[in-house]
Amino acid sequence: MIWETVRLSLRSIRRNVLRSFLTLLGIVIGVAAVIAMLTIGSGTTQKVKADISKLGSNLLVVRSGRPASPGGPGGLDQVVRPLAEKDLAALVAHLTGARAISPASQKQVRVIFGTESLTSGVTGTDSAYLDARDWKLVSGRPFSDSETRSGTGVCLIGETVHQQFFGAGDPEGEIIRVNRTSCKIIGLLEPKGYTGFGQDQDNVVLMPLHAYQRRIAGNRDIDNIYIAADDSTPTSELQPRVEDILRDARRMTPDRESDFAIRDMTQIADAMASATTTMTGMLGAVAGVSLLVGGIGIMNIMLVSVTERTREIGIRLAIGAHEKHILIQFLVEATVLSLLGGIIGILIGLGLAGLAAATLTIPFAPSPAVILLAVGFSALIGMVFGFFPALRGARLDPIDALRHE
Amino acid sequence: MAAGAPLITFEKVWKSYGQGEARVHALAGVDLAIKRGEFVAIMGPSGSGKSTAMNIIGCLDTPTAGTYSFMGVDAGRLDRNRRAMLRNLYVGFVFQGYNLLARTTAAENVELPLIYRGVANRERRDLAMQALAQVGLVGREHHTPAELSGGQQQRVAIARAIVTRPTLLVADEPTGNLDTARTHEIMELLTKLNKELGLTVTMVTHEADVAEYAERTIRFLDGHVASDSMNMETA
Repeated sequence: MIWETVRLSLRSIRRNVLRSFLTLLGIVIGVAAVIAMLTIGSGTTQKVKADISKLGSNLLVVRSGRPASPGGPGGLDQVVRPLAEKDLAALVAHLTGARAISPASQKQVRVIFGTESLTSGVTGTDSAYLDARDWKLVSGRPFSDSETRSGTGVCLIGETVHQQFFGAGDPEGEIIRVNRTSCKIIGLLEPKGYTGFGQDQDNVVLMPLHAYQRRIAGNRDIDNIYIAADDSTPTSELQPRVEDILRDARRMTPDRESDFAIRDMTQIADAMASATTTMTGMLGAVAGVSLLVGGIGIMNIMLVSVTERTREIGIRLAIGAHEKHILIQFLVEATVLSLLGGIIGILIGLGLAGLAAATLTIPFAPSPAVILLAVGFSALIGMVFGFFPALRGARLDPIDALRHE
Repeated sequence: MAAGAPLITFEKVWKSYGQGEARVHALAGVDLAIKRGEFVAIMGPSGSGKSTAMNIIGCLDTPTAGTYSFMGVDAGRLDRNRRAMLRNLYVGFVFQGYNLLARTTAAENVELPLIYRGVANRERRDLAMQALAQVGLVGREHHTPAELSGGQQQRVAIARAIVTRPTLLVADEPTGNLDTARTHEIMELLTKLNKELGLTVTMVTHEADVAEYAERTIRFLDGHVASDSMNMETA
């Protein structure tokens, strides 16, 4: 009986292909939007989390300047005192619970090899940096302590730089020009891909801090200090210790606010992930509104369908159909219609999400729960919005319905 | 139901529409009895109450006052769904405009009442084929109404009416849309079904020559039965 009804409704949907398609469109767009949003959203969340853990999930980053206040970036009255080597030295000497402490100064600089050039993120740092950031080398070796100390012109390059200059070739021992200085490539970093914000993490050149300060920055400043906590120390415990040591090293009286900021990457990761989730939820809700509009479309077309088929309903009632038979017939038709729209919408939504995932290099993360929910929800929309028209059909008087032209 | 009791009885049946001054009586205290196996023609001008009487006979409508009993059941007091069940089990309908489902094959149209009876797919098909054979439409099972002539469409409608082996066939101007030759074919078919299956037939018509196929003619006028007579044998 139910199968019979489903077959009947499919036939009636097929009979008005264009009309059915246009009716479906609302549901299709709604479901596709919701699925695409949620899939892309969960992919982005995954990506953000992975990125931040790539930065080092137990990482503190110190930079000069006041912590960002709700009023906006640091005030004008404040002269930023950069971090210096003695700050780093104090941390290295006194901080407990850290696995690695490393300075890093950064700048976007033109890098040249032969006739090729590329603007790359050049970082001056030391041999602890790879450990602090949890970065690995594919080939070659890190800076030696003596290279770090003396600021020798050696460098490690990322995959993007490697590709640009050498293709698949071996870069080791080659000399590249960074700004107005030259350095010898001694190692290749493991590829890390893009961040969730579209930043290429492989377009980097690492060189010893002293070489960077002398030949590129032209000063003795340190932009950031990276501190990786060891496995037994939570960053929340490490942070006050870092603050104490730095305040002491920078000779700050207790009445003064710290002129440096310590960022905890774990907190940032959480904040980021929750921001993404909120964003996804909001976009999903907006997309959900279009589902509602789609449902109203279904209701509209079912009312038309019931009116058009008044005579058919009359015949069915006359030859012995009960109210519930007519009700079920139209309910099933509305449900099949919106379910069809839901399924098409899911396919399109997943397609869009897949495309977006490939373009934005985020993971393609379709959630079976979301898909199931979309199927259930579109069926529900059909039932809810199909009910009133179906009831109207079922309540028709057979005599009036048969007389209907 | 006692043996020999009429299939259909009207006792002081009234059917009224509207309120107060505007109240109209389509039937005004009609008494009527039709026995099993009868072939009755119902005639009368429009507004005479014949259609209302037919709707009540077919359990599509209920009287405002009085008693309508069908097969000994007080059908006038049954609710919608119970009357639907009665129609499905015991009544077949044939209409002037055929009322077949468009874009649906002859066989599927004939199967329709059986679907609501919950008959299984295969049995349904067999019964539909039998009914189509009884009306002389073998070989047309898979034609849609648009591919059939008026006479053939009415045969499909008759097959649909008899596929449930009903007790009563209610025909509302069954030949109203047909030419003379087709009219006689259809009337001969109804006569055959009446004779061979013992099917009780009530038929509304306003054509005297069509009414002559019946054994008995009831004429309505202004909500009353004006005359009720047995027809002369037209052999």
